[in-house]
Amino acid sequence: MPTTNDALFNSLADPTRRAIFERLARDGEQTVAALTARAGVSQPAVSKHLGVLKRAGLVRDRHEGRQTHYSAQLGALAPLIDWTSQMTGFWHSRFDQLEDLLKRMDQ
Amino acid sequence: MTNTATETRSVVVEREMPYPPEKIWRALTQPHLIEEWLMKNDFKPVVGHRFNLRGDWGGVLDCEVLVVEPNRTLSYSWNFTHDDAAYNLKSEVTFTLTPTSTGTRLCMEQSGFRPDQQQAYGGAKAGWHQFFAKLEQVLTRLG
Repeated sequence: MPTTNDALFNSLADPTRRAIFERLARDGEQTVAALTARAGVSQPAVSKHLGVLKRAGLVRDRHEGRQTHYSAQLGALAPLIDWTSQMTGFWHSRFDQLEDLLKRMDQ
Repeated sequence: MTNTATETRSVVVEREMPYPPEKIWRALTQPHLIEEWLMKNDFKPVVGHRFNLRGDWGGVLDCEVLVVEPNRTLSYSWNFTHDDAAYNLKSEVTFTLTPTSTGTRLCMEQSGFRPDQQQAYGGAKAGWHQFFAKLEQVLTRLG
């Protein structure tokens, strides 16, 4: 689980990638050319960002003729929305702090 | 995700600690100690006492003490109300202290549900702007 989540968090940490993903989520499937026209960066850069998003499971590509169409995979966001995985991480770090405190209380 | 919107889920975190239950109980129930490992608070170990936990990120949790069995069990509600329904959470936190030969096994179980989680999960139409505005905060907290 940590590895998958790392890829997810890292891929969404970049504002350009987040903008591309948000556009696909909002407007539906689009080609690289259409995304590039509005991204403010070059087509190779957009393709690279799409590659990162794809590896994180956030987008899917579909080939049609010479065009590649990308669409958002909203299910991949589940770890961010699932409160149980957020809280598990939270409590582990709080237990670390609790142990630090208990150590200091000894002295 | 075929869960119904009201399905209860839980988180369990357990750890052996080389300290007696009495000492851990103090860290769980004295406000100045709670603040050191959890959050700022106005906790009192009295059933029915309502208090807040205030996080560093500005979030405030509404809590009520449910169970106080000194050195054994502590339980309180842990509710978070947010403008964006995806972040609402109604839950209960229960700490159980079990003596062991070398100290105490501390178990924390948080059970509850997020009433509109399903909507937030599947809703491509609404709430995206809010969602992305909050995403960075979530990432910061997780990081």
